[in-house]
Amino acid sequence: MAEATTPVPPAAKTAARAEKAEKKLVITLATMTPEMMSLQEHFGADLIQPAPNEGVLIADSARLADVALFLHDELHLESIANATATDYVKEGYIELVYHAQHITGGLPLCFKTRVPRGDADTVGLPSLTPLYPGVEFQEREIYDLYGVRFNGHPDLRRILLWEGFNGYPMRKDWHEAYYEQDTKPYDSRWPGGTHRLAEERVPWADNVNYPPNFNPDEYKGIPDAGLYDTMRAEAPTGGPTDTPFLATGIQTDELIVNMGPQHPSTHGVLRMVVKLDGETITDLKLVLGYLHRNHEKIAERNTWLHNIPFTDRLDYITGMPNEMGYVQGVEKLMKIKPTERADYLRVIMCELTRVASHFWSIGFLLNDLGAFYTPALYFITEREFVMDLFDEITGSRMMNNYMRFGGVARDVTPAQFERIRYLVTDRFPKAIDEMERLLSDNEIVRARTIGVGYLSADRCVAYSVTGPVLRASGVPYDLRRSDPYSLYDRFDFDVPVLYGGDVYDRYRVRVLEMRQSLRILEQALAQIEQTKVGDIQAGKKAYVHRVPAGEVYSRVETPKGELGFYMVSDGGQNAYRYHVRSASFINLTALKEMTVGMKVADAVVILGSLDIVLGEVDR
Amino acid sequence: MADAETNLPGTSAVEIKNDPRVPAELNNNVFITTLDKIYNWGRKRSMWPMLFGLACCAIEMICTAAARYDLARFGWELMRPSPRQADLMIVSGTVTKKMVPQIVRLYNQMPQPRYVIAMGACATGGGPFKEGYNVVSGIDKFLPVDVYIPGCPPRPEALMHGFVKLQEKIEKQSLRTVSWYQPGGDDVVPVPMLGPDMVDLRRSAEIAEKTRA
Ligand code: SF4
Repeated sequence: MAEATTPVPPAAKTAARAEKAEKKLVITLATMTPEMMSLQEHFGADLIQPAPNEGVLIADSARLADVALFLHDELHLESIANATATDYVKEGYIELVYHAQHITGGLPLCFKTRVPRGDADTVGLPSLTPLYPGVEFQEREIYDLYGVRFNGHPDLRRILLWEGFNGYPMRKDWHEAYYEQDTKPYDSRWPGGTHRLAEERVPWADNVNYPPNFNPDEYKGIPDAGLYDTMRAEAPTGGPTDTPFLATGIQTDELIVNMGPQHPSTHGVLRMVVKLDGETITDLKLVLGYLHRNHEKIAERNTWLHNIPFTDRLDYITGMPNEMGYVQGVEKLMKIKPTERADYLRVIMCELTRVASHFWSIGFLLNDLGAFYTPALYFITEREFVMDLFDEITGSRMMNNYMRFGGVARDVTPAQFERIRYLVTDRFPKAIDEMERLLSDNEIVRARTIGVGYLSADRCVAYSVTGPVLRASGVPYDLRRSDPYSLYDRFDFDVPVLYGGDVYDRYRVRVLEMRQSLRILEQALAQIEQTKVGDIQAGKKAYVHRVPAGEVYSRVETPKGELGFYMVSDGGQNAYRYHVRSASFINLTALKEMTVGMKVADAVVILGSLDIVLGEVDR
Repeated sequence: MADAETNLPGTSAVEIKNDPRVPAELNNNVFITTLDKIYNWGRKRSMWPMLFGLACCAIEMICTAAARYDLARFGWELMRPSPRQADLMIVSGTVTKKMVPQIVRLYNQMPQPRYVIAMGACATGGGPFKEGYNVVSGIDKFLPVDVYIPGCPPRPEALMHGFVKLQEKIEKQSLRTVSWYQPGGDDVVPVPMLGPDMVDLRRSAEIAEKTRA
């Protein structure tokens, strides 16, 4: 087959493809909402302009902080859900994108600003951390991957990569060692290509690249100075080694201890650096990136369809909701809707995942409390029922790859529905009852968790914390209600809210949420009967999707919190920009405030109560 | 409770009965075997894996150790968080450049004999994220791997199969030839360094040569 077609030289094909993409790039300006209007009224139309596709554009990036202050104080947008950047290499600027929101719900307000690519890491732009502490890690991520300097950021260091890494990898003109072409499918593979192993193409037969004249023997490594120095600098005068403690002349040392990246309590490869005064934590810093798998860079090369299985591997405990967020976003860009049956199936899968995920996280919270593994065994057993179902329906236990644009991959048979019904009405309610009998009034659990890791509602909102952690602090915010998507407006369910703001209430909120999920499932199972069997895909099944140019921020409530996908399409087969706003990552911003003043053993429990998954933190 | 493996030629109870070296009253209590066999038999049934997960594959590893798949049936369940107490490293997930130095250091800290299982596509060869700038193409570029398990993630059954394969490998080893009893058999792997990119110190001459402008 390969011989029949005269091969077109790859370069010519790429150029043709790029040309086509360029023609398609139609820029439509955003429609102004009342909030954007009032912003424009206050600052004038010179500074605030409607941005392409979505949101407002702040013409002068140096005034970003003024605008943010107005948003915060006058328009009462209390938190920033998402902050990211896009590299427009041809136009010569990097665009910063923020989504600010009301904690009472509704659509987020998008505002953007631009910095020239050359100035990004020298001049930079003002940091929003003083107003919105929730952007602390996100700004560091932008600095790390795009090289944009944020002036006034308290701790601007690389976050996912390491100090000394060569270049800013998410910039469009930065190429990884195994780089072959900007977008897939690669010409060397399809149609009729013969591919060579990446290892054969690169000089080191390995996934590495060095600057010219690099001599490893003379290279001494870059010490983690930024990390430890700032921690030591905060020590009382006299230095950490000779702080007089008591009048008796006893001296105590402050100790800096690394927990992780290999540590049984850190839920994966997370590293916590804690400063200790005795057993009490006086400072904490996180080192992330040990699982940074370059999801975003790879996704910008992938075709739209190709990317669905990658989303499964973000938060690998909750594959289904991840897919749902992504697929919904692309559907919004394509302006299509899934069939009703497919939508019900999606809700059913997502809610089953929520129950399974909460079982898992509660089991491992107990692990962190010191009840090593035995209690978790009970909850893993319950989760296995869901895994079996997924295995049968989708073909894989965890990495489901089930959703498609406009539908789902497979229908569910009546026998499988029967099993889901058994789980929802019989097995799981009993398991949850048993769990509550075991834990809710358990004296040790209560002693170890009540009042531990307190975070007030205000601070939660400021830190952009979402999910059960936010709701345990008394903020009734759940995207299924506050910005309903899919079919969630058809179900009767409550959003559980508790007010303790501590580890115990986070556990309780999860339990209550599981019960509500079962309620949703019951209704969904009844309502899906009215839809047509087999009608699971809107339109034709397709492998090649051309997604119209545009921009979308699509978000769903996963068991961990708000999962957002920010995507920019230039009308081609691939995403021009693809960003994942993950709950686990942003919830970690608040960890320091929760742990300082607590004991070391509590830090482990508090981390457990956040329920993070490193695949989503580091992406 | 004679184990199947001890009933090998020369060790079966019947033959012992007729062995003049064994007094008659001890016939039912004594087995004669080789040192290699008893050594390997004991080791392969009491592997202590290191409690250490990298990514999605680690979740399946946890499930394998949990009640349903129950790794304890094979004598493998004692996961130790400390490398000093472990003799098996299951590399369960994507190996990133940032993590490689820690993994190699942990490996060096494990006492010998030590084994490595590469679990899943990522640890075997880079997996779905192979092209990523922070991902290494398989842990075998750094550590000697004994068993590879394909899958993304491998199912628990596949992991158990991998364990069985490792048992088979251990069975074939002999005290006389194993590297850790040989002089200079302490194979410490140099820990890679993080520079402008990850630097494998074993290849520094080649790197210096090829980057010469
Ligand atoms: S092989 Fe697949 S499941 Fe395992 S770590 Fe890699 S991506 Fe995750």
